[in-house]
Amino acid sequence: MALSLDESAVVRDGSPALPSAAALELRAVEKRYPGQRRPALAALSLLVPAGEVCVLVGPSGSGKTTAMRLINRMIPLSGGDILIGGRSILDSTPTELRRQIGYVIQQVGLFPHHTVRQNIATVPRLLGWERRRIDARVDELLELVGLDHDELGRRYPSQLSGGQQQRVGVARALAADPPLLLMDEPFGAIDPINRTRLQDEFLRLQERVRKTVVFVTHDIDEAIKMGDRIAVLREGGHLAQFATPAELLSSPADQFVADFVGADRALKRLGLVRLADVELDPPDQWPQPDERLPLDTTAREALARMLSAGGAPLGVADEHGSVVGIVTIALIGRLFSRVEDGRPPESRRGPPPEPNR
Amino acid sequence: MNHVLLASAAPIIPKSLLGNPDSYACERANRLFCWGWLSRNWGSVLWPALRQHVVITLIAVGLGFAIASSLAVLAHRYRRVEQPVVVVTTIFYTIPALALFEILVAVPGFGLSLTTAETALVSYTLLIIFRNTLTGLREVPADVREAAAGMGMSRWQVLARVELPLALPAIIAGVRIATVSTIALATIAALIVNEGLGVPILTAISESTFKTELIAAGVLAVALAVAADALLVGLQRLMTPWARAT
Repeated sequence: MALSLDESAVVRDGSPALPSAAALELRAVEKRYPGQRRPALAALSLLVPAGEVCVLVGPSGSGKTTAMRLINRMIPLSGGDILIGGRSILDSTPTELRRQIGYVIQQVGLFPHHTVRQNIATVPRLLGWERRRIDARVDELLELVGLDHDELGRRYPSQLSGGQQQRVGVARALAADPPLLLMDEPFGAIDPINRTRLQDEFLRLQERVRKTVVFVTHDIDEAIKMGDRIAVLREGGHLAQFATPAELLSSPADQFVADFVGADRALKRLGLVRLADVELDPPDQWPQPDERLPLDTTAREALARMLSAGGAPLGVADEHGSVVGIVTIALIGRLFSRVEDGRPPESRRGPPPEPNR
Repeated sequence: MNHVLLASAAPIIPKSLLGNPDSYACERANRLFCWGWLSRNWGSVLWPALRQHVVITLIAVGLGFAIASSLAVLAHRYRRVEQPVVVVTTIFYTIPALALFEILVAVPGFGLSLTTAETALVSYTLLIIFRNTLTGLREVPADVREAAAGMGMSRWQVLARVELPLALPAIIAGVRIATVSTIALATIAALIVNEGLGVPILTAISESTFKTELIAAGVLAVALAVAADALLVGLQRLMTPWARAT
């Protein structure tokens, strides 16, 4: 699949060339609403390197959505500054700025009177791209989000499932290849099974497009799954901790963060470890088990499978189906103590596997 | 026109026809409906009146739509505009039609003219088109508006590309009601200006009622209203293919 998404070959009409991902910096960002004594957001500073997913997570009233909407100037800043690729957001008009930032919202907000193709073409049309270029780009994006079949492009949003609508929302946000993508609880209104699927799809997509992403959620599990870094916000818009998922789980900064990530944080950490990264027992040490797990199974899932299988060890197979090792409850237990020590096992965060590999 | 002048002198049967009494037995007996009268007077009376009626209606609804939808767009953006517009258009809407015509005739510069008739008719369309357009604009889902603004559309682009197209079903619904009621009201305009289907109706009822002419003109007015409504329904289906997609 030929994609120009992460290539500088993408040329823009009428706007200065942007990198395909840009670092985002919030400098002492403040938001006050008139008539309220306490700020909604107090001196929030964050640095998100280019190409990383930063999750803003926190209870309601913690200002996470406010922080996101300040970035594309949907609400005006009260103080501080925000820089995208080193340029202040105040240097361009709000409409110019927003055309360079992908925006995905929970209710999707597709235009009911536009077909899928027209919806995706929204920002390129605003930027005045020529028709052939728009058509080619829309084809590319439909393929990217897996909607390039059954003439889905000609349908209206009301004819799509919730999951398909959200995929169109993501494609629409990526249409003009923006260096920054804002996602406000994008999968919040989707049922749990489809939410997991969309999360996995998005992580795979992100592997390819490598955008800088700001992702808002109130769900700590989603934050751990999606984030390269997580900013935990507490009421009043104070930053409680800004860390990688592993750090957040192993060493919460305070009681608030510890409570927020939950008492089962050790278990959650196991969810970040894949069997491929664990030193397994050699296959000849145990009788060949019937059940085999793929190498990209998480330690957490392996534990659950063993518990439901009565505690028996399970085989771990590579993509060719040959057993490369054995996982046991004792082995997970040793992993557990290392996790609790705060010494993270080598964990490679990567996209989840293709479903039919 | 000629017929109208004659009719005001001898309302029931035109003088020129009196020479051949047997052909007009039906008219003389003033039966419920005389087909002979219809075929003889279609080209000279009914068809011109129908055409005039269409023109009167088009002008009234066209002007009313231009004024009311502009006011609705304004009220959509500036909330404080809504209240005064509603008050004024409601007053227009509630003044009895005959009274409004009489009041306007008395206004200097109006008198017995087409301007007077159209002014009255336009004023009756304003409330319904204004209300429907404003409701349609306000009912655009908040998330759609948020997405449109968030992708970098200016306020006018949001209005032109998103809000107005999505408000179309409500807007056209308002235009349909305004059109049908204007077609009905425009018959009264014949009191002021010698045009439209109101002319043969007034002629028919001026002394003793001539049933054929009354029924023919009345049926034409109803048929015109039904046809106009059907046309607008068709227009809406053409303009909002997305509304039928399921």
